[in-house]
Amino acid sequence: MSYQEKKIFVSIISSILIFTLYTLYAINNAEEGSITSASNFSFWGSFILVLLPVSIVAKIIIHIGFVIFNKIATNEDEPSFEDEFDKIIELKADRISLYVFFLGFILSMVPLVANLPTYLTFLVLIFFGFLSDLLGRIAQLYFYRKGV
Amino acid sequence: MGKDAISNHIRNLRFHHNEMTQQQLADKAGVTRQTIVAIEKGNYSPSLELAFRIARVFGKSIEEVFQYDDKP
Repeated sequence: MSYQEKKIFVSIISSILIFTLYTLYAINNAEEGSITSASNFSFWGSFILVLLPVSIVAKIIIHIGFVIFNKIATNEDEPSFEDEFDKIIELKADRISLYVFFLGFILSMVPLVANLPTYLTFLVLIFFGFLSDLLGRIAQLYFYRKGV
Repeated sequence: MGKDAISNHIRNLRFHHNEMTQQQLADKAGVTRQTIVAIEKGNYSPSLELAFRIARVFGKSIEEVFQYDDKP
């Protein structure tokens, strides 16, 4: 497995871990009724606003840990630059992420027009935000293995 | 995916240049080893610029390194 593949694999695992742990934490610490409230959306606002920085900081820490662990285990240095192959894979993966998120955005409108609970809109938005990131990473892994 | 009409002799050329490693070729061509691996396997067709750089590492013309098979 190449360095890039290992890095993406670690990124996939860390994304799943961070999202799962943060979601469990947020749900356990939510005020009674704030998740399903039809008029007060502060829980969902703070969920998204806190998830972003927490996710960025945790990913940076995990990446640093991965670089150090990989250096010790394999004596392999991180590539100091991205070449055209890396960039084309990143662009293709970003496009897939964007499509998935856009699909999620459209689907999140369904509860608003179908008289379903409003919190479903936020649930769908957050879930597809996570899914778009995950599928983008999986696509990157696929392209590194199978080519573009 | 990626398997297309462009093939190459990079593996053979590396062998005839003192068993040049993929990493050595990557360093000389200014790309990562992963990219050389993908090109050798036929999983990635390099840009024209990179194809020139790889050909020059071996002192060959592009067509001596890369071939285009126009039959699908």
